[in-house]
Amino acid sequence: MTAATATLTLDRVSVGDTLPELTHDVTATTVILGAMATRDWRPMHHDSKFAVERQGVPDIFLNTPNQAAWFERYITDWAGPAARIGRVVFRMTSPVFPGAPMTFNATVKDVATDDAGCGWVTLDVSLTVDGAVKTTCEARVAVPTSADDNPWARRGERWIP
Amino acid sequence: MTATNTPLDDTLPEDVAAQIGAYQYEKTADFPVEQSYVWTSCASVFNGNPIYWDPKAAEDITGGPISPPSLLSAYARPHYWAPGAEGEQLSLQVHFDLKKRFGLPEAIMTDNTNVFYEPLRVGDVVTSRQVLKSVSGEKRTKLGVGRFWVIDVEYHNQNGELLGTESYTGYGYRREASA
Repeated sequence: MTAATATLTLDRVSVGDTLPELTHDVTATTVILGAMATRDWRPMHHDSKFAVERQGVPDIFLNTPNQAAWFERYITDWAGPAARIGRVVFRMTSPVFPGAPMTFNATVKDVATDDAGCGWVTLDVSLTVDGAVKTTCEARVAVPTSADDNPWARRGERWIP
Repeated sequence: MTATNTPLDDTLPEDVAAQIGAYQYEKTADFPVEQSYVWTSCASVFNGNPIYWDPKAAEDITGGPISPPSLLSAYARPHYWAPGAEGEQLSLQVHFDLKKRFGLPEAIMTDNTNVFYEPLRVGDVVTSRQVLKSVSGEKRTKLGVGRFWVIDVEYHNQNGELLGTESYTGYGYRREASA
């Protein structure tokens, strides 16, 4: 899956729709680059010896903001650049370590228009490794209601994330 | 991890209880939102969204240069080192205060909620403040014995506009000797 450049509009989204799967090989570089990109200097995200001996986990692992960035990329790859993420709630049940591919999947849970006329899609997203769920995510994403609607133009009371 | 929690001690020290609901550590970042961080973040997750790479797309769609909202917390994190700084420079200081207060050397984040309001613009200067929302009693999990806590962080831009909020659930713990 690559970044979408076309505009996805709300009328083209239905509850139960599934997003294209995204798989990425997680390496030490994935973890360390993600930590440095988010200015997270804590050693469990770049020092394997610290992670194992101090934290009691098998290896360094993806940090929280970088997981948020992966979810963001996965969602907007599908929804396109006009889509605007309003809310992301995720639960990390088990760390993501280097050495195996991680896979993202998502299903449309809800499609709605709020009182301000903004179109929203709610997604249930999962990050799995070898079939085991590592993180679950519920994302609320504003999607244009028509070709001339733009969620990014919303401000103040017209933006209710 | 939360499914195997075993409650051990529900008492909460008064000094910790007094922190709940109080804003702490309001800090304005030492540097503005930078285009280079936008690119580095997008590169780290192979995010090709044109609003982060193509200035015309950013202008046409969002009204100007913009940062991924997921990067909001990064702009409030301290440098690894800066002149005059001593020791490890920490973000989310309330989290580390709680680790120290309860003598819990290790910690992990379990839940995270991000809500995004005003777009985060290149050139913005982010001010953050933290508020402790709750602390659990002592619990045993597969990682060890410790406590869960919820810390909210608010982020505003230089105009006082709310950029976003984050809510972290952390688990501070001490490992137990293997049987």
